[in-house]
Amino acid sequence: MARNLPPRPKVADMPLIWILAILALLGGVAYWLARRRAMSSGGGDARVLHSLPNYYGVHGALLALAPALLILALWLLTQPMLLYRSVAADIPLLTISAFGTVDLVMSDVRRVAEGLDVAVGAGLLTSQQMTSAGPTEIEAALDEIGVALGSQLTPPVLDAARDYRGADAVLRWGMIAVVVAAALIGGAIAVYRTDRDFRARNIVERSILVLLAAAATVAILTTLGIVLSMLFETMNFFSQYPAHEFFFGTTWSPSFSGRGGLSELGIIPLLWGTLYISLIALLVAVPIGLFAAIYLSEYAGPKLRSFAKPLIEVLAGIPTIVYGLFALITVGPMLRDVIAQPLGLGNSASSVMTAGLVMGIMLIPFVSSLSDDIINAVPQAMRDGSLGLGSTQSETIRRVVIPAALPGIVGAILLAASRAIGETMIVVLGAGAAARLDLNPFEAMTTVTVKIVSQLTGDTDFASPETLVAFALGLTLFVITLGLNVLALYIVRTYREQYE
Amino acid sequence: MTDTAPVPVPERRNGSLMTSDRRTARRNAAEKRFRLYGLAAIGVAATALVILLASILAGGLSAFQQTTIQLQVELPAERLDPEGNRIPVEMASVTTFGYAPLLRDAMVATLADAGIETDLDASDLADMVSDESVAQLRNYVLANPEVVGSTIPVEVLASGRIDGYYKGRVTALTAELDRNVDPAQLVLADALKDAGLLETGFNWRFLTWPDASDTRPEAAGLGVAILGSLYMMLIVLCLALPIGVAASIYLEEFAPQNRLTDIIEVNISNLAAVPSIVFGILGLAIFINWVGLPQSAPIVGGLVLTLMTLPTIIIATRAALKAVPPSIRDAALGLGASRMQAVFHHVLPLAMPGILTGTIIGLAQALGETAPLLLIGMVAFVREYPDAPPEGLFDPASALPVQVFNWTQRSDPAFVERASGAIIVLLLFLFLMNLTAIFLRRRFERRW
Repeated sequence: MARNLPPRPKVADMPLIWILAILALLGGVAYWLARRRAMSSGGGDARVLHSLPNYYGVHGALLALAPALLILALWLLTQPMLLYRSVAADIPLLTISAFGTVDLVMSDVRRVAEGLDVAVGAGLLTSQQMTSAGPTEIEAALDEIGVALGSQLTPPVLDAARDYRGADAVLRWGMIAVVVAAALIGGAIAVYRTDRDFRARNIVERSILVLLAAAATVAILTTLGIVLSMLFETMNFFSQYPAHEFFFGTTWSPSFSGRGGLSELGIIPLLWGTLYISLIALLVAVPIGLFAAIYLSEYAGPKLRSFAKPLIEVLAGIPTIVYGLFALITVGPMLRDVIAQPLGLGNSASSVMTAGLVMGIMLIPFVSSLSDDIINAVPQAMRDGSLGLGSTQSETIRRVVIPAALPGIVGAILLAASRAIGETMIVVLGAGAAARLDLNPFEAMTTVTVKIVSQLTGDTDFASPETLVAFALGLTLFVITLGLNVLALYIVRTYREQYE
Repeated sequence: MTDTAPVPVPERRNGSLMTSDRRTARRNAAEKRFRLYGLAAIGVAATALVILLASILAGGLSAFQQTTIQLQVELPAERLDPEGNRIPVEMASVTTFGYAPLLRDAMVATLADAGIETDLDASDLADMVSDESVAQLRNYVLANPEVVGSTIPVEVLASGRIDGYYKGRVTALTAELDRNVDPAQLVLADALKDAGLLETGFNWRFLTWPDASDTRPEAAGLGVAILGSLYMMLIVLCLALPIGVAASIYLEEFAPQNRLTDIIEVNISNLAAVPSIVFGILGLAIFINWVGLPQSAPIVGGLVLTLMTLPTIIIATRAALKAVPPSIRDAALGLGASRMQAVFHHVLPLAMPGILTGTIIGLAQALGETAPLLLIGMVAFVREYPDAPPEGLFDPASALPVQVFNWTQRSDPAFVERASGAIIVLLLFLFLMNLTAIFLRRRFERRW
């Protein structure tokens, strides 16, 4: 990922909105012209046309807008890169070596170029001055409007900034011209093609289908984005920090950036905290969730069911930050005062137990609603058979229903585990920040997700291993949770009893 | 019939069917225990919910109350407007330091007027008023330059500790140990209250004011956070609903049975289970570092939340589309509609209530999501309200759940109250959204 290369596209720029407005207008005109031409070719009688009149109009608008918008998007994506290349090529080597890298020069160039326009707009510079004034004058004006530069403004940088401005303006107008021309040509072709036998509906429907399919591929693109973005930065990280020390190191002590090389970034203590907390959470959630599901589906009357089921589902609708705050201000201090301190187990309000308990509560509805569905899917005939042989209801449940539902229940537990491992806010607020390999559940420990948050918030330097390690952690997390999900699906699919 | 032997009666240990033998008793006890476990499980879950809500309510309701003090502030022209021309731009040269003595003097004068005697010196008196009030007074004067030279009544915020005293957070005992407050100030506050100059009332500022710095918990509000969350929900609604519905229509009605369709389906179900923080990493790497969108901006948050919400909306929409009976499609096709027309004119409108319900539930999930927003810089301290959309979507803003997190990281305990209060606001929004979803389902859902 080249971070500094493509500069910010000015997305919020007014011209863009104007271009879109012009395009909308052209689309409207094309719609109206195409529809009118179709109607007149049918002699004013819509029944002799191949398609409904509106389809001719939509076809016109489609041909006017689709190519123009496509060109616009491509242009906006590539223009900054082209601009960067052409301007950077003209900067003298001496200037580049003074700054260190081309990127640094270019970021100053861009700031000056943007600042010039602002300064003229604010009346600090005349347009005459903007094109001819010397560096000191310009720098004073930029200082006035609050543009901070990386280093003192030198003539080559100022020249480059002026070039940049000029080229930017030319490209911008070029873009408007090309886009509008594309819309006009597209609209003209559409209107020209339109007559009573033209199959407008087929074309419009085909285009809509393409749009629908494109929307469906967003899911693939998202997954691809997740994997690629993390993969690149993780590879970047492993080029600076040895992979085996990351995966097998038992110490987590990142130094503050700037003292590179002193950090120890072993994932083992983080994984241990994650798994320990998840284990406690599952020990809470699985029995409670499972028994609640069994009672609700096998014993409870409709009255209790209609009351208790939504009640448990409310737990699922509560955001995790609420659970986090609950852990921080209620559960943590209570556990410390009631159990940890009297028993001499620790003095920390944030602990594995705090986070685990609260996360367990969060997972109850998850386990119970999944198990509920699975238990309900066991055919009634199996229960009837067991009851008919004289077993009690609980024996039926334990010996017949649960074994029949077991693959599904295991799947549900694995899904809950994956949820627990990826949970962030509860552990950020409830588990603490100290990476520790310990067995005492009343000690503060930390997790993978906590460290992702702490390494990526605040001042981040994307060249240091202390920041990049977050991507490696994220990828590890992604792989673990994905693996659990796939395993859950596999178990459910393979071992599911096929009834009927 | 005379020589038949008596039928051997199976021997029961205690001879009667009415009293159960030991084995039956054991089985029945096991049955009873099992039922009890189930009930206990439901009880535990319900208790946890009640404790959770009660602790949040107990901690947060007081955030909606605020203690204020009525002062008569004299605004001397020679100090506030040295040029004497009442032009706000030139009056702005007087900083908040120039205004601080005014409030101090006003405090002394107010006490003298009310006939309250105290040993506290003037700076201790000034400490009873929030630091924010000075800035507030300055802004008021700059906005209304004509008041300079007169004496105006001003309602100022009491400092966090005085406010906490009336909410039970600060007592005379804790004040002894606290560097920031003097027990004598509390006594004086009570005297002011008796004189009717100090009162505790409903706190609109909590909902409209922006965040405040570490030392001014009394002035911290949710204005920017609510606006930021609103902007993000707007983006999610505008992007996730159309894309989600389009994707569902394609998968449910048009997609051919092939490899690509399979991959898409697997992808969607996997995305639904990806940890939310991973979406935050995606947002940071792609939208901020690669595309170059600004940090802390609602647009980035909205895009990330859109990607997170999509699977929820797609799953709900597909279920809603599936629930529309095939006879509707067949009837439309039979009357000569194309497949596209059958879907858009007949199936989609019938599925709309289900789609909207799913969308609202997805939005509610997105509204409460915190972790990904931390990574894209929404934790930044933002005091400026973002502009109106569309430009405002690129301005820095906060979000409700992130604001909660932000406040939990501050050292002053008064911020815990603010955080709980913010959660109440958040839960209220969620409650309303879910209520709308339930209403939609009840009112419009059709069963065939």
